[in-house]
Amino acid sequence: MTALKLTNVCKSFGQVDVLKNIDLEVEEGEFVVFVGPSGCGKSTLLRVIAGLEDATEGTVEIGGQIVNQIPPAKRGIAMVFQSYALYPHLSVQGNMALGLKQEKQPRQVIDERVAMAGRMLSLEDYLDRRPSELSGGQRQRVAIGRAIVREPKLFLFDEPLSNLDAALRMNTRIEIARLHRQLAASMVYVTHDQTEAMTLADKIVVLRDGRVEQIGSPMELYNDPANQFVAGFLGAPSMNFLSAARIGESGDHSVGVRPENIRLGTEGRVSGRVTHVEKLGGDTNVLVELADGEVVTVRLFGQHDVSPETSVGLLFDETDLYRFSAAGERLR
Amino acid sequence: MNKARRNPLNTAAAHAILLTYTLIALFPVFVIVINSFKTRKAIFREPLALPSPETFSTIGYETVFKQGDFFLYFQNSMIVTVCSLFLVLLFGAMAAFALAEYRFKGNTLMGLYLALGIMIPIRIGTVAILEMMVATGLVNTLLALILVYTAQGLPLAVFILSEFMKQVSDDLKNAGRIDGLSEYTIFFRLVVPLVRPAMATVAVFNMIPIWNDLWFPLILAPAEATKTLTLGSQVFIGQFVTDWNAVLSALSMAILPVMILYVIFSRQLIRGITSGAVK
Repeated sequence: MTALKLTNVCKSFGQVDVLKNIDLEVEEGEFVVFVGPSGCGKSTLLRVIAGLEDATEGTVEIGGQIVNQIPPAKRGIAMVFQSYALYPHLSVQGNMALGLKQEKQPRQVIDERVAMAGRMLSLEDYLDRRPSELSGGQRQRVAIGRAIVREPKLFLFDEPLSNLDAALRMNTRIEIARLHRQLAASMVYVTHDQTEAMTLADKIVVLRDGRVEQIGSPMELYNDPANQFVAGFLGAPSMNFLSAARIGESGDHSVGVRPENIRLGTEGRVSGRVTHVEKLGGDTNVLVELADGEVVTVRLFGQHDVSPETSVGLLFDETDLYRFSAAGERLR
Repeated sequence: MNKARRNPLNTAAAHAILLTYTLIALFPVFVIVINSFKTRKAIFREPLALPSPETFSTIGYETVFKQGDFFLYFQNSMIVTVCSLFLVLLFGAMAAFALAEYRFKGNTLMGLYLALGIMIPIRIGTVAILEMMVATGLVNTLLALILVYTAQGLPLAVFILSEFMKQVSDDLKNAGRIDGLSEYTIFFRLVVPLVRPAMATVAVFNMIPIWNDLWFPLILAPAEATKTLTLGSQVFIGQFVTDWNAVLSALSMAILPVMILYVIFSRQLIRGITSGAVK
């Protein structure tokens, strides 16, 4: 069964078209991540699914039911916000219970579910505290708990990790992945961070300027990007793009090669000068400037002693090259 | 402040300036209060002297309580001020919420229209207001005053509150919507508590002019039963003879309720005034 089905969804604010003809299906139990640069419409799309914005055109189906005319609370969804959005005047318990109270669930059910969510997220000791007495990570866990107790058909996450620091972000990311396995629930997750997208998703939807650029599993998108935008967006450090002439091919297309597929040598198809070296311990990123100022990032695994200002050649295999037309479409 | 950045000279200068200002601001109030406890002769002989055993007198207060129904005036002022404030805050906050929260055609225009009242004094329309009150039979009722003061207070209230409402996190309101709260619950339970400092600011800005107003009570409700405190005190001011003891006593007592309300609102008020500046 499909948990969510979008058919030809469009959204305009006045003259500005924010979403253009979005078609999408999310299967039961699937973890789908919307990813794209800021302003690409991913948050707006999520808000349309939640019912906080009306779609200008098209239909939104949740659990097989068209919900265009149904208010957010009755759509069977729960949402986790970037800024946590906890009710400041209620305790942790009250925050989690409010949605259920509004649904007129019996007291016993509410207590059970809140206790269960508290256990799952190790919030048992904080149930009586106010949000202002919690740390950022705890607040986000409460926000997730508030979503869990609703037992929704569809979870919506709006950049839930953006306000957390790096270490906490990773922990919470793992926590969310664990919850997804545990609850086997359908989830839609919005982020601008490609690492989050790659690590969490069953299916990634790459958006740009209100359009879907490509949909697929993380590895499909990584290994077989449909266009230059997707190729450049996924993977860190991002893919290098060189003009065709630079590697001795004719035409106005560009050639992409991932930093980890380049090796350094004394002589290569392309040569340049090392301008900067980032040593991360596990791997080493080398920035090489080519003759005309183009910069290529090379990712070497392990520790390497490369000093700036040395001349190097770049080596790569023909099979690791991606070719894109001048318009950015993949040439196969 | 950080100890290293504290300069004793600067601190002293700052305090000196603040103290001077406090003295200047409090001086008239102080003179009114001390003179209200003096005999008439003493008021004129040495207006700045503190009441001494010889000059001490409560004759002013006695006159005030004897003459006219001072408690009724007091009650009228209180009813008018509190009701007007309540209505200004309620309708002002609701209008501000609508302007800040909902996208609709003419939103900006409506905001500007409501703000227009800040620039045009309501007293310009006194004649028309009086005509309307006569036509509706509201002359000499407290309701007339409440309605006028509500209209007078709304523009500034909407203007200030809508700015603050815009700062309330959208996510919070949306979380409420997803949890099934009605728009009214979102407004009263989530938004209003968060803009409380701004509401206190609006309340204080509105309270003092309403409490002190002489114009509209004199024109719209001069009857004995509906006199406000400020209007009631005027009986002691004559064209040729003024009972200064009574005037000063009445004014001293009129300060009290405003002061009490101010103390209640002041902590919130300070947060309201400074919150935009530091965040």
